[in-house]
Amino acid sequence: MKKKKWWTMGRRESLQGYIFIAPWIIGFLAFTLGPLAFSLYASFTDYNITSRMDFVGLQNYDQLFTGDDLFWTSLYNTLYFVIFSVPLTTMGAIFISMLMNQSLPGMRIFRTIFYLPAVLSGVGVYLLWMQLLDPGTGLVNTVLSWFGINGPNWLFDPDWTKPSLIFMKLWSVGGSMLLYLASMQGISRNLYEAAEIDGAGAWKKFLHITLPLITPVIFFDIITSTIGSFQIFQEAYVMSQNGSGGPASSMLFYNLYMWIKAFQSFDMGYAMAMSWILFVVVLIITLINLKLAPKWVHYEGDDK
Amino acid sequence: MDMTERKQLAKKRERRKPVLSNNLLRTLNWVLLVVGSLFLLSPIWWMISTSLKPMEEIMQFPPTLLPQEWHWENYVHTWQSAPFTTYAVNTITITLICVVANVFVNSFIAYGFAKIPFPGKNILFTIVLSTMMIPGFVTLIPQYVLFAKLEWLNTYYPLVVPALFGSAFNIFLLRQFFRTIPNEMIEAAKMEGANHFYIWRKIALPLVKPALATVAIFSFNGAWNDFLGPLLYVNDESLYTLQIGLQVFKEQASTQWNYLMAGSLLVLLPVIILFFVFQKYFIKGANITGSSSFDK
Repeated sequence: MKKKKWWTMGRRESLQGYIFIAPWIIGFLAFTLGPLAFSLYASFTDYNITSRMDFVGLQNYDQLFTGDDLFWTSLYNTLYFVIFSVPLTTMGAIFISMLMNQSLPGMRIFRTIFYLPAVLSGVGVYLLWMQLLDPGTGLVNTVLSWFGINGPNWLFDPDWTKPSLIFMKLWSVGGSMLLYLASMQGISRNLYEAAEIDGAGAWKKFLHITLPLITPVIFFDIITSTIGSFQIFQEAYVMSQNGSGGPASSMLFYNLYMWIKAFQSFDMGYAMAMSWILFVVVLIITLINLKLAPKWVHYEGDDK
Repeated sequence: MDMTERKQLAKKRERRKPVLSNNLLRTLNWVLLVVGSLFLLSPIWWMISTSLKPMEEIMQFPPTLLPQEWHWENYVHTWQSAPFTTYAVNTITITLICVVANVFVNSFIAYGFAKIPFPGKNILFTIVLSTMMIPGFVTLIPQYVLFAKLEWLNTYYPLVVPALFGSAFNIFLLRQFFRTIPNEMIEAAKMEGANHFYIWRKIALPLVKPALATVAIFSFNGAWNDFLGPLLYVNDESLYTLQIGLQVFKEQASTQWNYLMAGSLLVLLPVIILFFVFQKYFIKGANITGSSSFDK
């Protein structure tokens, strides 16, 4: 009798649990799983949202890999951006949080200043950078001219458009800086004191204590910023000529090309095939990261 | 927590920071921070300065670091040269709905994941986390098809309805906070006959108020700065948000940088103010995200 009552209580509680997470389940089915399934199927069709949806097998994928130069251009541009922006922002954030992890006067103000650019986003920021990087009237080339440097044409020169965007990205490095700072402040002071007794200098202490202990955050940061950088879109849409990724397709990133295919020429089947390729690429990179993690990520308690 | 306790804690925290012994290094460190700060602030100062100049002064070489005359009327001109008031009202409407929905719905879902045992919970939560890895465009295109079939194009439904069903990051964030509530507290309430809806509303929510503030602020930022959503779903000018309005204004004003900077600053201003007023909640969110990568 007692056992039976316990059962119903447990079940009643489970039911409440399901009610609590019901909104997420409904949303997941309607806005994630359903669309994923539809998109996977449609990527094998010539779907154009209004009239056509004929099964074409692997034709979209075949066309992408063998007959579409812009696909490769957009992939190259995106990889370029990922390969430079992820390590640069990671190293920048670690460096700044190191400087910040000291007791010096004005630290709260520094933290505010370094974090502020990271909370600003959207079209306002892009317009600001278009002005800063303007070859004639912008701040960047003005400052360079003080040092006798003739600045490049930035957003108008195909060779400089991607560095421009990376430069802009570095401005908001304060966001991940906070993650590193939080984890550095959790490191026990005793470890440093012990190292000082052994005669370790600032660099040695960073290399042998700080760096290993923040590897979980580095890992987290690299995974999330890699996934994020692969999806660069808005910057290129707003800052390139007519949102086309110009000049010379140098800002035609993967997502921008997908956008043009999906919502300008309504080649939806084709665009969805593109989205699945991106998904698989991101997934593979994430899995490689996860696989490599045990080799360099240090988890508390590992060495006990 | 009383004052002395708090002071002791602050002292403890201070002591945990490694102190560079070498005075030269300390000075160098400080100088680097000052130089870095100037670098990071210069774009914002340049934006303000440019927004107050007349066009002739912007074109002149070498550029002036401060406006010779302060043309405040640039702001009035900018605001009047496009229906910015309409855009602002639209943006505020969408943002408010999203903030309220996000705080309410995500805290509800997160409590379920944090404090109620039910079969399949771990698997479902793993799915919540893995949805964060799906590139947005993979679901964006089929979602557009879905909303088109529902005849929701050119309405705000696609922008606010998904917010009613929670978002993975906020669920994760709030779950971390709910987990810090001792189980004994919840068991005690259950003994007295309370169900989880009552416990969520009367006990759990008041305890995680700072986390709710963090979610509210992140949601505000997300909705205020959302460009992709309105770009895709909204066509009528009367429905434009500030982000879209600014983008259209960019085409209109071409290279009239003073007006463009004035418009940008006006659109960024609410976020800047929010940041200075509620900075600690911004930082709390970052800290939780950072420290939970240790959990793994």
